[in-house]
Amino acid sequence: MARKLPSIDVALVGFGWTAAMLAQEFTDAGLNVLALERGVWRDTPTDFAPTFIQDELRYYFRHELFQEASRETLTFRNNGGETALPMRHLGSFLPATGVGGAGIHWNGQTWRFLPTDFVAKSHNEQRYGKLAEGMTVQDWGVTYDELEPYYDRFEYLCGISGKAGNLNGTKQPGGNPFEGPRKRDFPNPPMDMTYAPMLFAKAAQETGHAPFPCPSANMSRAYTNPLGVQLGPCTYCGFCEKYACGNYSKASPQTTILPVLMRKPNFELRTQCEVLKVNLDNTGKKATGITYVDAQGEEWEQPADLVILCAFALHNVRLMLLSGLGQPYDPETNTGVVGRNYAYQITSAVDVFFDDKLTNTFIGAGSLGMGIDEYNGDNFDHTGLGFIGGGYIALWTTNGRPIETHPVPEGTPKWGSKWKKAVVDNYLKQCSISTHGAVMSHRGNYLDLDPFYRDVHGRPLVRMTFDFTDNEHRMSDYLTDRAAEIARAMQPREIKVSRRKGSYSIVPYQTTHNTGGAIMGDDPKTSAVNRYLQSWQAHNVFVMGACAFPQNPGYNPTGTVGALTYWAADAIRNQYLKSPGPLVQA
Amino acid sequence: MEKIALSRRQILAGGAAAAVVATERPASAHSIKGEVPWAPSQADAPHAIDPGGYIFFTPQEAALIEAAVARLIPADDLGPGAKELGVPTFLDRQLAGEYGRAERWYMLGPWRQGSDNQGYQSRLTPAQLYRYAIKQLDAHVSSIKDGRRFANLATEDQDALLSDLEAGKVDLGGVSGKAFFDLLLQNTIEGFFADPIYGGNRNMEAWRMIGFPGARYDYRDFVAKHGERFPLPPVGLQGRPAWSSKG
Ligand SMILES: Cc1cc2nc3c(=O)[nH]c(=O)nc-3n(C[C@H](O)[C@H](O)[C@H](O)COP(=O)(O)OP(=O)(O)OC[C@H]3O[C@@H](n4cnc5c(N)ncnc54)[C@H](O)[C@@H]3O)c2cc1C
Repeated sequence: MARKLPSIDVALVGFGWTAAMLAQEFTDAGLNVLALERGVWRDTPTDFAPTFIQDELRYYFRHELFQEASRETLTFRNNGGETALPMRHLGSFLPATGVGGAGIHWNGQTWRFLPTDFVAKSHNEQRYGKLAEGMTVQDWGVTYDELEPYYDRFEYLCGISGKAGNLNGTKQPGGNPFEGPRKRDFPNPPMDMTYAPMLFAKAAQETGHAPFPCPSANMSRAYTNPLGVQLGPCTYCGFCEKYACGNYSKASPQTTILPVLMRKPNFELRTQCEVLKVNLDNTGKKATGITYVDAQGEEWEQPADLVILCAFALHNVRLMLLSGLGQPYDPETNTGVVGRNYAYQITSAVDVFFDDKLTNTFIGAGSLGMGIDEYNGDNFDHTGLGFIGGGYIALWTTNGRPIETHPVPEGTPKWGSKWKKAVVDNYLKQCSISTHGAVMSHRGNYLDLDPFYRDVHGRPLVRMTFDFTDNEHRMSDYLTDRAAEIARAMQPREIKVSRRKGSYSIVPYQTTHNTGGAIMGDDPKTSAVNRYLQSWQAHNVFVMGACAFPQNPGYNPTGTVGALTYWAADAIRNQYLKSPGPLVQA
Repeated sequence: MEKIALSRRQILAGGAAAAVVATERPASAHSIKGEVPWAPSQADAPHAIDPGGYIFFTPQEAALIEAAVARLIPADDLGPGAKELGVPTFLDRQLAGEYGRAERWYMLGPWRQGSDNQGYQSRLTPAQLYRYAIKQLDAHVSSIKDGRRFANLATEDQDALLSDLEAGKVDLGGVSGKAFFDLLLQNTIEGFFADPIYGGNRNMEAWRMIGFPGARYDYRDFVAKHGERFPLPPVGLQGRPAWSSKG
């Protein structure tokens, strides 16, 4: 039996990016806030110091900062005809455990979605006619213009380095000409570029594109954010994504919020406390709090007036399913909302090999790169192409960490003397262009609870049923062809084109951009939360994170996750607290 | 919603928020309040391996592993190979430790064969898989090569066998030869390029061979030097030989 604790104003489930932002907002509003994090406390000087963080084996290949599959994983299958099997170790994506969440080991590629991304269904139908059979793309219920001030706040919190492409409707040379209008420029100038991104930019320009420095949460210079927290300039050490920064140079909860938040008297963090479920009252329409289990295995009931799920997209959906919060989605009848519209990202790469150019990609940072946006969203005419959506094409130099990054030309054996020679010959003279494509939502792609497999507490794992559809493959091939054209214009000795072929595999790392499952929208029949991320079922539960995305556009998610979090926080502070209840009438 | 409405009113009135006084506190929760925790001298240092002989592999197993990794990454005129750089010791320590035990892996049943897209589905941990596969591989060699062991074959024959494993042509007593080959190759590359504290990549020779400067922390001076050769030698988590008193 769980023992009952005194009630709190707000309980935050998880303590990563979204929870840290909300804790800061709600404590400012005078509320007593408690965050429950399943992992441990960790911070820059003790856990990420540059004397030991540059350890490729320990952090990436042995997953030291990531979720332990032994405690919680998920099951996966490509379609409803297969039996889902557990992901026995991490691969395709790397969910976090511990204070700061994935915010400590993300890259920092911090984008805004396009204005048309938020109205994907109505916009595409208006321009191209009815959506393909089975595609369950929806409008978001919130617009780019509404989110603009909140994007701005997140970018200034993080100190994003970049160059505006559109200031109040006026195009800015050198920035991304396709971006939605922004009210002011980025807080920091672009990062200094290494050689390879500049070679890409030149080739992109020569082939008729408008390259720009990609927006980055790695600091281009020292920065003090609006909370008064300081970050230091990035040193381009090349241990960034999948690693924590030892240099206070990558925006994370630890480097932007925690120094202020942790000292507040009305904030408490409990670590090694795993939330098991959201408790509902007997009407099911109101949460009474949450139940969690601590490191000793003891269960506690924590009553709270407001419960906010901040446990990362996949875990939020699982907690909703385990708690009976929202009707589970059923692909047969296309009814229900929780688990609906799970989506991901589709990526591909073109490796570029030179004879005469030292690219030194070991000098890098998680979001150091030049990109183009001509083929993202609806920035180009899709008539006759057989797909909607798109993605960006970029040359990032994130790293030259040799276990992970030792590309070899087409046709090289995977081992032996020939392989070794190819690695030695090419290591310093290569770079890679990546494409980063949207995944539209589809009726057969969803999350539910697995009928067989259990976690350490004996509760069902989440089951992921997912595959790429024709729309994704056509789109990704189109992007890959464009990337190959630019690669050739870089005048290399040779290139290697790696398309994303066939069915989705959970094995190779792709991205940790899991989206959907608790999507936002206008209609409680087809969305789990309203436009303020408030549960349609229980008005005192809000759900943060990329699970709110009705489908996944062609950018990394966290810029929009951050904007939505501030948007929801404002609605809670300015509307909900004055008169608690549904913010949108169903 | 009583309490929230109340707190809100207090803020509007300019009063301090009323802290909820806890009557019962969770006895064993790690509660952090009013401070940024700081534990001096508590840095989460890496764990270098103990030097010395094998602790996981038996001599026979070690012979096969040494022979196999010497074919996967051979010594040649470009420099030493996996065997010379200590990869067998790296593998030994990995398999003897938490990786070998699959401590972070989900190892609960039911067990079923899945599609390639569903990834690893064997009930064997890496340590168990190596032990079993090595034994089966030597038995297989013995049956087709007149009682000889893998380690005693000519290098061309070893290469041919490894290629067969890679191509999925050999069953190792119910374990897929390809699954073992893939894991062995992956772990060999890990050992070859990981920091020397884990037993492979001795003296950072593998890094030197390719031009990776190692665990360096600051490249700012070099970012704008497009196309130039980085002038400094590699450095590891324990520095480099020249920094020690002998150097
Ligand atoms: C390697 C990597 C690279 C990435 N790069 C980028 C990038 O370049 N650009 C980008 O936009 N995004 C990137 N991301 C994604 C980004 O990190 C996430 O979008 C972001 O962190 C999501 O914030 P969140 O608050 O939803 O979840 P998180 O920050 O992950 O926080 C969730 C927290 O909840 C905790 N938790 C989970 N379940 C429970 C439970 N039951 N009880 C208690 N606590 C729980 C977890 O331990 C975790 O600490 C990357 C992610 C990874 C892993």
